[in-house]
Amino acid sequence: MSQSVLKPFKAIKYLFAKPKTLRYPFELKEPAMRYRGFHVNDWETCTGCGNCADICPNQAIEMIEIPELVSEPGKTNKRPRIDYGRCCFCGLCIDICPPGSLKLTRDYFHIHFDPDTFVFVPKNEHTEPEKYFPTNEYSVLKASLSHRRKDYDGFVSDLKYSLFEPERVPMPVVPPEERMLSFIEHIIGYDREEARKEAARCLECRLCEEACPAHLKISDYIHAIFEDKPEESLKKIYEDNPIPSICGRVCMAHCEKACSLSIRGEALSIRWLKRYAADTVKDFKTTLELNPGPATGRKVAVIGAGPAGLSVAYFLRLSGHKVGVYDALAGGGGTMRTGPPAYRLPLESIDRDVDYIRSLGVEFFFNTRVGKDVLFEDMLKEYDAVFLGTGYTRSRSTQVKNYEKCVLALAFLTDNKIGKPWKVGRQIIVIGGGNVALDVAREALRLQHIQYPGEKTAVKTVSLEDWGEMPATEEEIREAREENIQFHPAWGPKEVVVDESGKIKGLLCRKVKSVFNEQGRFAPAFHENKEMFMEGDMIIEAIGQYPDFSFIPEELFNKLKFTQRKKLSVDENGMTSIAKVFAGGDIVNTNMDAVTAIADAKIAAQGISRYLAGETVTA
Amino acid sequence: MRELELYFGPQHLGMVGNFSITLQVEGDRIVKATANPGFLHRGFEKLMEQRTWIQNFPLVCRINVVEPDHMELMYAMAVEKLAGIEVPERAQFIRSIYLELARVGSHLFGLWAYANMLGFDTVANWAMYHRDLILDLFEELTGGRVYHIYLWPGGVRRDFPEGFEERIRSTLHTIGSCVPDYDDTFFHNRLFYERAHGVGKLSREDACRMGAVGQVLRATGMKKDIRKTEPYAAYDQVDWEIPVRTDGDAYSRIWVVRDEMIESVHMIFKLLDKLPKGEAYQRIPNPFKWKIPESEVYVRCESSRGELGLYLVSDGGDKPCRAHFRTPSYSHGLTILEKALENESIADVGNIMISLYITAPEIDR
Repeated sequence: MSQSVLKPFKAIKYLFAKPKTLRYPFELKEPAMRYRGFHVNDWETCTGCGNCADICPNQAIEMIEIPELVSEPGKTNKRPRIDYGRCCFCGLCIDICPPGSLKLTRDYFHIHFDPDTFVFVPKNEHTEPEKYFPTNEYSVLKASLSHRRKDYDGFVSDLKYSLFEPERVPMPVVPPEERMLSFIEHIIGYDREEARKEAARCLECRLCEEACPAHLKISDYIHAIFEDKPEESLKKIYEDNPIPSICGRVCMAHCEKACSLSIRGEALSIRWLKRYAADTVKDFKTTLELNPGPATGRKVAVIGAGPAGLSVAYFLRLSGHKVGVYDALAGGGGTMRTGPPAYRLPLESIDRDVDYIRSLGVEFFFNTRVGKDVLFEDMLKEYDAVFLGTGYTRSRSTQVKNYEKCVLALAFLTDNKIGKPWKVGRQIIVIGGGNVALDVAREALRLQHIQYPGEKTAVKTVSLEDWGEMPATEEEIREAREENIQFHPAWGPKEVVVDESGKIKGLLCRKVKSVFNEQGRFAPAFHENKEMFMEGDMIIEAIGQYPDFSFIPEELFNKLKFTQRKKLSVDENGMTSIAKVFAGGDIVNTNMDAVTAIADAKIAAQGISRYLAGETVTA
Repeated sequence: MRELELYFGPQHLGMVGNFSITLQVEGDRIVKATANPGFLHRGFEKLMEQRTWIQNFPLVCRINVVEPDHMELMYAMAVEKLAGIEVPERAQFIRSIYLELARVGSHLFGLWAYANMLGFDTVANWAMYHRDLILDLFEELTGGRVYHIYLWPGGVRRDFPEGFEERIRSTLHTIGSCVPDYDDTFFHNRLFYERAHGVGKLSREDACRMGAVGQVLRATGMKKDIRKTEPYAAYDQVDWEIPVRTDGDAYSRIWVVRDEMIESVHMIFKLLDKLPKGEAYQRIPNPFKWKIPESEVYVRCESSRGELGLYLVSDGGDKPCRAHFRTPSYSHGLTILEKALENESIADVGNIMISLYITAPEIDR
């Protein structure tokens, strides 16, 4: 090995080289594109879910309430506040942020005499333009948390590397070719592994619980499923919802729209997980171990065994009251029994929930129509309180020329599910763009396949609303299209065309200009000269329903107050303008779905209990 | 001659880090040296028991300031083994490239400390500059210069940005083009030979007996490297050599460091050529619900100072039940240092200590 004493002097050449040291602040070093500096947070997209605060290893993030922001379903008015005395800029908060609103920037200077300025609520250049400067106005000498560079994103969220799973565990379904041949339930349901895997996606931010009308403890029951304790899960569900088999199938799932995972990925399958809990537990009675409260000696009548009626009966029974439920149908479920086709909600699932409520000691009087078999005024005398949960039971008609030749949606659905199935036509036209219309269309399609196997048949729907405006859920529309149902959006019926013998030939339609007027009210306008004739031998009208109050004697009915939207007006206890008459469900709320009916029922049950205890003033 | 007790601690310029040695000296000769650790105890292992599996990920790198990356690797590997997570192939290659960059950076830092100690300030400054170039690469890849927080369970945290492979190559070429200058000015410098040759000598038997690892062991002629004996990441995908020297003194140790850097650079080029396409991350379970079944695991790797190990235990919960790092400086800084200092002169304490590559944060944790 050659050691030298002279060679080292070669280094002298570097005396004449340009210095490597940057002469800060005249020479600046641009931080890398992924630099992990100070936070920015887009307040518009931030949901205030608090996942950043939960994951922070240093507890540097606290969610604070911002008074000027309003909480709404899927969004709280809380925003993260960061303590830069604790923050280690690891960026876990970025990778867990479901909406991706929280980012790190390339700014990293903050010098201040006041230590409080290091506790900081990040916003962004849109919310706080006075603190963010374009490059030419920015000076590094003034750099601080209140003098930052515009558009200076550094370490930002990347869905591929996120800490949450944006994709759902796919729900096994019966393929369209197979399911349209029969009334088989097409959603197969998660098995144990799938359910646990799906439940594991929940971040437990509880945004869904705020959005749920009945405020179910969703995070808790999902967590129980994750821990492989479906029994615990069902117990949690029953605290707020006594019809999980029904809701687990047909709930409108307001929670899933609020799920923070849904912003950039797919929402948690909250509804299917509820169904999993309800379907997995074999024996409700022994699992739930619920007992009616000590007897109060008071009696409450419930008219209508739909979701509202069942729920109010359940809650009242748990409080110790005697409850009698009256329904004109042969079984419980109300609209759930007649409306949703068997491939979505089989009767066995409804009966499971009803049977459990019955097992608590609720008395059911089926096949009993109030106003005919028993009189409403007699009930008022016999019972200490009456709850109305009668729902929307009559179908609306278009009233176009020859409308009387058409079939009404509810009659069609009811007969097919609990009566004698209809003899359907080969060319069926369904008028309407809501979920009921799609139920009718899909049911009609199945009946065609059963009654005319192998023959050429078709189901078409006509709706005033265009794609994107249709009230039906995206899921329903997608499934209906998979089953080859033909859609004709933005057409309105003008006339039912009949031949000399009075048989239906088809439907004459007009092109829709707009469905809603400038005030956003329903007021369809048509192009008079654009018409279309649609061939068909059967037309079903599914354009909406209305309630039936004919069981209430006229002098009492006149005392009932209604809201502007023609709903029964109730107070904060669920009581109508008639003393001791309470109400809930479709006749009260505008959501018109099962879970909102449960929410109404909870309010009414508490109201009734208070009323019976003599706490509330009568109307 | 009268024996004196001399305190050699952070007050001394030659001491790197929060560490001290009590020397019993007779004139200029050291009779006995006693290492005093404990100044830098931060309780990381206990802290890890109170944080969830994912929250430990930004924490572990902080155990060692000089070279955080192998700490990240250890934690990621241990958790992957406990939870049964498969790491995609591309992530394995990226890990190896990243770890070799870290090794070069760490060695340059060590070279800075060593050259500085001997008074070779020129070389020290070069090493510091070249380390900065590597930190620039880290900054671009991970968003951080020193604490990268990049290797996490399941793979790596982000893929290479566009054109990054080219920038690794050009940076390494820039550094590599200065190797002749380093050699002429430092490694072949007669003064370096005079200062380091025969100093802090450690026999192979002593090295093995006292648990020496890394270049301290390789400088005594033992050809041992975890990357070869127990390959992890992508080290078994390319050919490379283990550099060795036989004298066991400070001079040999620093030469092993030099050769290792060059070998690492060559290895990075080979890895870059073979870098597969695909995913660089296998998503870990939801961090808020992540529980790892009851089990225990010991993983080890070759950090830039030698064998680094992590013993990690899960009791089935969402946090580690026990974590223990076996760090190279632990044996180097305590037993081996005491042995190597015997009969050396006071002036060589810093020389020997840094040639052993002792970093105080590793000893205390």
